Amino acid sequence: MHAYANPARFLSVARPLTPFLLFGGIAMVLAACVWGLWATPAERLQGDTVKIIFVHVPMAWLGMAGWSGIAIASITELIWRHPLASHAARAIAVPGALFSLLCLITGSIWGRPAWGTWWVWDGRLTSMLVLFFLYLAYIVLANETSKANSQSRIAAIFGVVGIVNLPIIRFSVEWWETQHQGTSISIMGKSTIDALYLWPLLASAIGFSLLFGAIVLMRMRASLAQTKVDARLKRMAAE
Amino acid sequence: MKAKHQRLTLVLLAVVALIGAGSLAAYALQDQASYFYTPSDIADKKPAAGSAIRLGGMVEDGSIQRSADGVTVEFIVQDGTARQKVTYTGITPDLFVEGSGVVADGRLDANGLFVAETLLAKHDENYIPRELEGIDMTSGKHKTETLVQ
Repeated sequence: MHAYANPARFLSVARPLTPFLLFGGIAMVLAACVWGLWATPAERLQGDTVKIIFVHVPMAWLGMAGWSGIAIASITELIWRHPLASHAARAIAVPGALFSLLCLITGSIWGRPAWGTWWVWDGRLTSMLVLFFLYLAYIVLANETSKANSQSRIAAIFGVVGIVNLPIIRFSVEWWETQHQGTSISIMGKSTIDALYLWPLLASAIGFSLLFGAIVLMRMRASLAQTKVDARLKRMAAE
Repeated sequence: MKAKHQRLTLVLLAVVALIGAGSLAAYALQDQASYFYTPSDIADKKPAAGSAIRLGGMVEDGSIQRSADGVTVEFIVQDGTARQKVTYTGITPDLFVEGSGVVADGRLDANGLFVAETLLAKHDENYIPRELEGIDMTSGKHKTETLVQ
């Protein structure tokens, strides 16, 4: 694993991997959405509104997975001082914020017909909104610290502190009474979502994950290239 | 101890402390951070008549009564141990049916009747196609707890 912390070696893997993730992800998301929208039945109470889960749930998962990624990269950066780790954390922040926002928007669109309201301040919705704000704060912080050309320790520490919110999002529906329903999908136990919905949902989750990975790799490659450009400009100015 | 190992222990301790502190704080908030009271909470604490509260629970089977005026509905919210009678005037959401979850904003009147000002439906964690409705869920792959209430 340490071997790939070398940017040159990382790029030799990332370059061929990017189109595979990108086109694989797009194809899978399209297929899952066609499957989910046209080949699944209406739900008992929600009717066709249920079909928004094929976007909403993967967005929620990846929004949370994104911050886990930032935290892991930040920890790696703090302990082993791998320069690649800070590029990774910064690359994850923007798609993470976007996916969290899409989760909030699609949830709101679902909530209007299903619950009768666009928004409530319950534990799940509020903690998810906090995650979105954490992403925004992280992006601003990371930008400012790289502009000042200082080490990015502050952003990394913020990335670690932010994981406090993840168990709160996950367990909000169990600790507190919430407007949001409880967990339907379980890896170990029985899922309470019918298999007719579960399979297209898993397919779209895999598709969006590949897409997320592609965005992260592209952003990492771009930021590594930018670092190279900056270094060369600095050298030329010094000569 | 090398500097790297020192940092490793420090960061790991910090992560454990952070998650522990966050979870404990969140867990301790239990009552305050709950979005609504259940009928048993109301039975236990007896909030003063007229004070604004939010009630959540399941609509009791066979309890929905629509009045002649077409917009007033009376029903009972229960949570398995306690029951609370509710009245609401307005259009009910699509998911408001007997046996489903509701969240209502309102106040208790002098007779202990809950007068709801807003009424939201609450979905449970079960996603079941329309065609399968009414099929015995106990034998199949569905969890039944929330369905039978």
